[in-house]
Amino acid sequence: MFWYIIRRLLQGIPVFLGSTFLIFSMVFLVPGNPVLRMFGDRTPSPEQIAALEAKFHLDQPFLVRYFIYLGDVFQGNLGTTYAGQSVNEILARTFPTTLRLALLAVLIQLIVGVLAGLISGLRKGGIFDHAALIVTLLLISIPVFVLAFVAQWFFGIQLGWFRPTVGSGAPWSDLILPAIVLAALNMAYVVRLTRASVIETSQNDFVRMAYGKGLSRRRVIPVHILRNSMIPVTTNLAADFGILIVGATVTEGIFNVPGVGNELFKAINRHDTPEIVSIVTILVIVYVFVNLLIDLLYGVLDPRIRYVK
Amino acid sequence: MSTVEPLLQVEDLQVGFKTQDGFVPAVRGVSFDVYPGETIAIVGESGSGKSTTAHAIINLLPGSGKIAGGSVRFEGRDLTKLKRNEMEDVRGKLIGLVPQDPMNSLNPVHRIGFQVEETIRANGLATSKRAVRKRAVEVLKEAGLSDADTRLRQFPHEFSGGMRQRVLIGVGLSSHPKLLIADEPTSALDVTVQKTILDHLESLTAERNTAVIFITHDLGLAAERAENIVVMNRGRIVESGPALEILRNPQHPYTKRLVSAAPSLASTRLGSRSATVGLASSATPAGTPVPPVIEFQDVTKVFKIRTGGPRSIPFTAVDKISFQVPKGSTMALVGESGSGKSTAAKLLLKLEEKTSGKIFVDGVDQDSLDRGKLLEMRRKMQVVFQDPYGSLDPLHNIGNTVAEPLNVHKIGDAASRKKRVLEVLDQVALPTSVVSRYPNELSGGQRQRVAIARALALKPEIVVLDEAVSALDVLVQAQVLELLANLQDELGLTYLFITHDLAVVRMIGDYVSVMQKGAIVEQATVSEVFDSPKQEYTRRLLDAIPGADVDLSA
Repeated sequence: MFWYIIRRLLQGIPVFLGSTFLIFSMVFLVPGNPVLRMFGDRTPSPEQIAALEAKFHLDQPFLVRYFIYLGDVFQGNLGTTYAGQSVNEILARTFPTTLRLALLAVLIQLIVGVLAGLISGLRKGGIFDHAALIVTLLLISIPVFVLAFVAQWFFGIQLGWFRPTVGSGAPWSDLILPAIVLAALNMAYVVRLTRASVIETSQNDFVRMAYGKGLSRRRVIPVHILRNSMIPVTTNLAADFGILIVGATVTEGIFNVPGVGNELFKAINRHDTPEIVSIVTILVIVYVFVNLLIDLLYGVLDPRIRYVK
Repeated sequence: MSTVEPLLQVEDLQVGFKTQDGFVPAVRGVSFDVYPGETIAIVGESGSGKSTTAHAIINLLPGSGKIAGGSVRFEGRDLTKLKRNEMEDVRGKLIGLVPQDPMNSLNPVHRIGFQVEETIRANGLATSKRAVRKRAVEVLKEAGLSDADTRLRQFPHEFSGGMRQRVLIGVGLSSHPKLLIADEPTSALDVTVQKTILDHLESLTAERNTAVIFITHDLGLAAERAENIVVMNRGRIVESGPALEILRNPQHPYTKRLVSAAPSLASTRLGSRSATVGLASSATPAGTPVPPVIEFQDVTKVFKIRTGGPRSIPFTAVDKISFQVPKGSTMALVGESGSGKSTAAKLLLKLEEKTSGKIFVDGVDQDSLDRGKLLEMRRKMQVVFQDPYGSLDPLHNIGNTVAEPLNVHKIGDAASRKKRVLEVLDQVALPTSVVSRYPNELSGGQRQRVAIARALALKPEIVVLDEAVSALDVLVQAQVLELLANLQDELGLTYLFITHDLAVVRMIGDYVSVMQKGAIVEQATVSEVFDSPKQEYTRRLLDAIPGADVDLSA
């Protein structure tokens, strides 16, 4: 176990270096001097340019700049945006909101998706199963922005159950509707995955043995069928959580959620290169880390692979 | 017995399965009685309905199965009419179950203790946490697992197959049921383990006067363990009665075939020139030694097992084994799983690289071959694997499957390849019409014939048979063994026969190498090994053959 974690963390290093290098080179090697872009219509004096270039290390060769940047990252300094804001501060402000949104979305998937999948799987071929199949197909085929606008209009404006956009401070109640929209697509997959997994698990000899040794259905279903079926489902949910916490640009934009995805979207619009690189870098680190956690979680859920290295 | 009421009365039981083609009957009017403390065996091939009958008794049929008629009276109550929760009270408490496959019958994600304890709690044997734990330890001890305390904290995958089956026997008997249904309890286990498990089961049930229904495909095993035998074929009982009587004097033609096919009861080498082979090799004048087709000299294979840390530990799978196989004869490598017999076969086929030692084929050192020569050598050696379901590609029809080695080795043109395919299919007694059929349209025995045909397509000298008949039903097994013996006679093939089943060796082997923990512990001709085994281990293997000491003459 210990060696496994060490190895996985070591594997994270080349992933981190490779991805930051790629993002860094892509963003910084685009033509145009960012200093000139900062000044817009005005023309800066050569001294001003030189000063700013020195400040952002733009006068250094590319590789040196990359290593200076890496050095800063390792010291916990993600740099400043062209507008002068600290990227650390921006992330500290936006990340918690995205995290809460992602948590809510995964919770919805876990409760609704797994329950629907379980019922579908236990009553394979029944009415509920057929209905679930159709609804999930629908959710998979509708683009997320269509779903977002329809939900916003119907639940937010027509019925007035939720506020159509997220208010200041992003209270939990405002996050429910975007979380449902965010959950919808993957929830459809969770329903289907749970269903298939429940059907497969139910055919196992140990389920028959569980009945054979005198257990009631009320015990066999949660302890022997659902518990085993949850192994692939949990890893799917964890992976989706990993995707959601790095920000859902479209949904966050539509509902005006003050999260990472929204911030990144704005930064890209502003061509704020230091901010883009820093946010994406952090997201890569988070994603690598979440994936490590998923693999460890897998080992916890399935004792058979706990010692497999 | 006549004054005692039967414990279980199965009367005219009919079971069927809902399929796309409608309702397909699997059990058609089965009736038998089980008296308290009695052991009966239901014997039949796969598909005979024996397991379905057992599952119908405790209403554990799979979703599409349904009891269509008849009754199952247990202590006067008709089990087929019970409600779900009433049936849940019968299962485990009154009727115990020992399942077929110990490897899959314990939930892999829960600890052994958890799974024993939930049984105890469900059947109301104890309620307080400490009492449940105490009873769980007792159950495992009774099942013959030492250090039960630590065992309870382990997971199923940390147990061997035999240990798992002990746990399941313990679970099945934990509430002292009046009837135990043992559904092929040992067919997935090694022979020697099989014997100890069955002995243990027998002593436990005898002690408590538990009645047992034994489901098995092995007549020898049935005769050894049960007082009465019920023989099933195609969902019907064809014959039933006292075990020895059925074995000695079978009435129904199907039973007769079963008795004559049971490898544990047979005793002669199949094929015509079997007797001469042993003589030929020993009677060769000393001056002109016939070079063996296969020769192993101190062959060793060491695997590296990763520990998870930066180091790995060596594991010697094959330990300095040496043997020779004369042309046209069969060398049987026998041993339990993990003894290294399959690894030895892989070394011969060069599917694994040996660590040290020398292997000669036709007197040629296998290390001296370059890539081209190796391909040529592979033509001479073909292999048939255990599982005819896994070793045929379901997407290729039989004609293409058999022709594939010819294509790989670029032998002949399309017309001659086609001719050769029909020829070998004929040799393995398959109709030429199978050429256009797919593996899923064939039975297990037919598939194994296809695998043999594929091996023969290149006219090999050596065929490695890796547990080639272990997955087959007895009757099919007998047919395939006979086919192999005949092919050996006709084509002068040399067989390396890998098996865990000494009983089969008697029907096909000339020489035996008994392997244990990677080393060959005994090497002799088949008759020597069977008549006067030198090693304790070999003797144990021989004793473990079920039905070996059933006396057929009387």
